[in-house]
Amino acid sequence: MSIVSEHSGICVFSEAYDLTLEMLGRARELADKLQTELAAVQFGNNAQKKANDLIKYGADKVFLVDNPALERFQTEPYLSVLHNLAVRYRPEILMVGSTRNGKPLAARLATRLDAGCVPDCIKLSVDEDRRLIGERITYGGNAVAKVAFKSKPQIVTVPARAFEKATPQERKGEVVEVDVKIELPKVEVVERKPLETSSERVEEAEVIVSCGRGLEKKDDITLLKELAEVLGGQVGCSRPLVEDRKWFSEWIGLSGHKVKPKLYIASGVSGVIQHVAGIRDAKVIVAINKDPEAPIFEIADYGVVGNMYEVLPALKEALKKHLQ
Amino acid sequence: MKRIIVCLKQAVDVSQLKIDPATRQLITAGAPRKISDFDKNALEEAIKIKEKLGGTEIFTLTVDSEDAKAVLREALAMGADKAYFVNDPAVQAVDTSGTAYILAQAVRKIGEFDLILGGDASLDSFSGLVGSRLTELLGLPQMSSVRKLSVEGDTIVAERALEDSSETVKAKMPAVVTVTREINQPRIPSLMMIMKASKKEIVKWALTDIGVQKEKITSKIEVLEVLAPKMERKKIIIKGETMQEIAEKLAKALIQEGVVGR
Repeated sequence: MSIVSEHSGICVFSEAYDLTLEMLGRARELADKLQTELAAVQFGNNAQKKANDLIKYGADKVFLVDNPALERFQTEPYLSVLHNLAVRYRPEILMVGSTRNGKPLAARLATRLDAGCVPDCIKLSVDEDRRLIGERITYGGNAVAKVAFKSKPQIVTVPARAFEKATPQERKGEVVEVDVKIELPKVEVVERKPLETSSERVEEAEVIVSCGRGLEKKDDITLLKELAEVLGGQVGCSRPLVEDRKWFSEWIGLSGHKVKPKLYIASGVSGVIQHVAGIRDAKVIVAINKDPEAPIFEIADYGVVGNMYEVLPALKEALKKHLQ
Repeated sequence: MKRIIVCLKQAVDVSQLKIDPATRQLITAGAPRKISDFDKNALEEAIKIKEKLGGTEIFTLTVDSEDAKAVLREALAMGADKAYFVNDPAVQAVDTSGTAYILAQAVRKIGEFDLILGGDASLDSFSGLVGSRLTELLGLPQMSSVRKLSVEGDTIVAERALEDSSETVKAKMPAVVTVTREINQPRIPSLMMIMKASKKEIVKWALTDIGVQKEKITSKIEVLEVLAPKMERKKIIIKGETMQEIAEKLAKALIQEGVVGR
């Protein structure tokens, strides 16, 4: 007779280390509430130090799979190890970082485990029946769906910057080195190259000055850059400037970068729902648009009805004066 | 390349969604539907491959509880050769695991293929799980977030867009590829194409036709609510006689908010 144990514990994994730390922040709170163990999984080659640090950030246990085959992300090797761990340790909650690689990984893990999966959770909580409840943006930013699980393990994916890292502290925990059979990849990576973008990442900016279709020429981005410089911020744009006009390579919005700066200045941005979904978490939103009916004013804290070509330089001068 | 199966979802056109301001509920009943954007890119890519290589059959595959004929006709007009439509009221309650299982069963029934193409995520639910789940059920190589695709003999080569890098990957076919919107600009079918499409075949299946057992598609999740988010913003329009005056007021407001300077 085999003993089938109950699912218990929370397990966290992302190939992006910072995202693992962020997930641990929220997972620690949930583990305390459920009075259960919090484990993190660390892959890599010589990853002992990283594994130890995960304990400082809230993990009770770290499954360390130190193997050169896991040094870089490849779906089948990663999937096979996570699947093996999930079968052996039977966590009730599995959190996977929602990166471009992590989401397919989570979906396939869920399929292998015959489990449900709720992707891109921006909020996570547990109800009185220990059920995990995830909240995610859906319908192109028109709605937030609240979803609960009907079976275990409960698998969620979590995007970057949804949760805060805990302050690291000396805590007791255990690093368990695990040796498992690793599947071979079915896809060969021929080449990897960094994207040709500025070294600054717009997701990390505290201030963002962005533009939409109101920008008449590509070079006029200088106008935004000058204001951003005064504010110690960065510039961004909405999708039409990338997809239609091909002026820039990255955009802010639901399908692009989701940002949460202290200040977001949208100039010449109409404010379609997909763009708004990407800036929802900004602390203060300023809208500048010629059209007083532009929907962006509905979701802004401060609005100026006017030509961005006049407003931006004037705002720059005014701020310069005050900030000196 | 003998055959490409393109998975097409009929999605709610999110740009035309209405919201009941009193309840914050979405009014999805009767909302306009269309081919989910990313899936349309997948279809376009399939047609491009066919144009380049020749001798390729393109089948579309759609699962829906409601009628989707209009959407399927559009796909046929764009250039698909045949549309498979799994149409069953029981589909309404399925989650991504159920949808993937139904697709897998339909793919098995269709038989041989070299490539399955689909969008990275759907326009309305935007889960982005079904392609991966289908891959896993079929035990195939997978390429997601693909923004460039080429075929070299029996090998598929793709460029994937990741967060801060891109990678070129290759795999032996058959394989599953899901694409982003950057990959191409879907064509708009001509009147001639639309006329021709009316003669193309739409094969309709119920779940029993593809051997789907109801207990296999029980949802593993439960949607508790779907509500328009509360956006509580100040909505203050700053006015003044001159642009300088407006800028001055705005600068002061931002300083007071503590979002500029130190």
